[in-house]
Amino acid sequence: MKQLAIISGKGGTGKTVITSAFASIADNKVIVDCDVDAANLHLMLNPKILEHNIFKSGFTASIDRSKCTRCLKCLKNCRFNAITKNLTIDSIACEGCAFCYNLCPVGAITLEENIAGEWFISETKYGPFVHAKLGIAEENSGKLVSLIRKQAQTLAKEQNKNLIIIDGPPGIGCQVIATLANIDSALIVTEPTVSGLHDAKRVIELAKHFTIPIMMLINKYDLNLAMTKNIEQYCEQQNIILVGKIKFDTDIVNAVTNKKPIMNIANIKLKEQIQKIWHTTYNNL
Amino acid sequence: MIIAVASGKGGTGKTTISTNLALSLTDQVQLLDCDVEEPNAHLFIKPEILEKHTVTIPVPQIDRAICTLCGKCAKICAYNAIAIIAKQAMVFPELCHSCGACKYFCPAGAIKEVNHEVGFTELGSKNNIQFIHGQLNVGKAIAIPVIKAVKNHIDKTKTVIIDAPPGTTCPTIEAIKGSNFCLLVTEPTPFGLNDLILSVATLKKINIPYGVIINRSNLGDNSTEQYCNQEDIPILMRIKFDKKIAAAYSNGTPLINIYPEYRQHFGDLLKKIKTIVETP
Repeated sequence: MKQLAIISGKGGTGKTVITSAFASIADNKVIVDCDVDAANLHLMLNPKILEHNIFKSGFTASIDRSKCTRCLKCLKNCRFNAITKNLTIDSIACEGCAFCYNLCPVGAITLEENIAGEWFISETKYGPFVHAKLGIAEENSGKLVSLIRKQAQTLAKEQNKNLIIIDGPPGIGCQVIATLANIDSALIVTEPTVSGLHDAKRVIELAKHFTIPIMMLINKYDLNLAMTKNIEQYCEQQNIILVGKIKFDTDIVNAVTNKKPIMNIANIKLKEQIQKIWHTTYNNL
Repeated sequence: MIIAVASGKGGTGKTTISTNLALSLTDQVQLLDCDVEEPNAHLFIKPEILEKHTVTIPVPQIDRAICTLCGKCAKICAYNAIAIIAKQAMVFPELCHSCGACKYFCPAGAIKEVNHEVGFTELGSKNNIQFIHGQLNVGKAIAIPVIKAVKNHIDKTKTVIIDAPPGTTCPTIEAIKGSNFCLLVTEPTPFGLNDLILSVATLKKINIPYGVIINRSNLGDNSTEQYCNQEDIPILMRIKFDKKIAAAYSNGTPLINIYPEYRQHFGDLLKKIKTIVETP
């Protein structure tokens, strides 16, 4: 079984559009949206939810005022400023370290497991889809990413799917690290802008750090042809496979606006181009 | 006044707004780039960097000569950052949240805290702008300490502009909390709207007033406008998509350099924000 993740470093370069296009072309696969913080792939795939699960993770402390002797040990030792002067817990600041719980001499502090989000197994026109929704202002997004990726792998084994296509989150932090763990290849979608390239380089460094093979795709390449050339040269120097480049095309905006994968909406030329990009990506996986 | 610039979705134009707002103002401005995973504001401001500081977090170090392998540290660590493996206490600094519990509870006093580098901050300036940003070292998972280090430089006597990371989880909240106002930058597509709704829920939860900027307002559909009207959310600015703007952005050229009239628009934006913040 092969696993491909689509990442970018910078947000808004076109990860989800590309993932949804691949999802509509590729055979025999499971699709996963690992951008659990601001998930969008479901908007393109119109999933029918088959299974709905709660994601419990981490703890939040609470203080039982009737038992509390106001010794202030908790307040003095909390490094997250999560205990207010009135001895209440600021649940957003609390990182669930349980220091206060272990410290309280009268057992006035209890820990409650957080409901940090939800995750789903769905059916789509394009195959099974595992996705999630982290709760507002919740933590542990990396854990949720790992969890849904594991579910996708189980599903792929059960249903004899030989490919997992993952829509990744932006950035280089915990969610991205959890997305990259043990995948076969990462496709980096970039754009010919100073920030696109700057961010792509950081995420390439991250992939190299975890020895993940990478490929690159330049989206909206005609916005800056000189910069596109720079990126092409960079790929050549770094021995990175450039799977293709896509023009800025209003058909792509229309696809997003109409919530349909590009392959259902685009002009023939763009469709052929994306087909080709998919085959190059798949052959190098 | 502290103004955060945020968005649920990435790539909607946070950096365009925060940098052009900073460049348009004539008073003393601080621009803080808190997107420490992928900082970009410096590419547009091009500040002269004057100082660099490493950001470290305290992580446990176990003195094996004293450690009795009782396992208490591993048991109380909520993040599994300490484990007893093959008769040795192992520390995994990437998982540590620096709560200090292990050191406090070690019965043998075998734990001390040492500095573990996770990133750096840089301070610089450009005309009336004091520029500060941070970078998370590649391979480190937790951005919060670097964001805190950037925000430690906040000078409330200035107009402070914070460029926040995308999303609605801990790094975004760390960047925007304590602000007087939050500008939510979005684009009029179903993706933009979906993530705007998440951002609005986040801001309601942490109780910070907000307004919306619609970028590329001539693309997509009008459901974002409808949503803002229904929810009574002020739309403070609209910027049209224009290939000239996109091309300038691609080269690191600020919007106000190609369309100088935007200086006035950004000045007006600040006035609108002030009116909202000061209205009880």
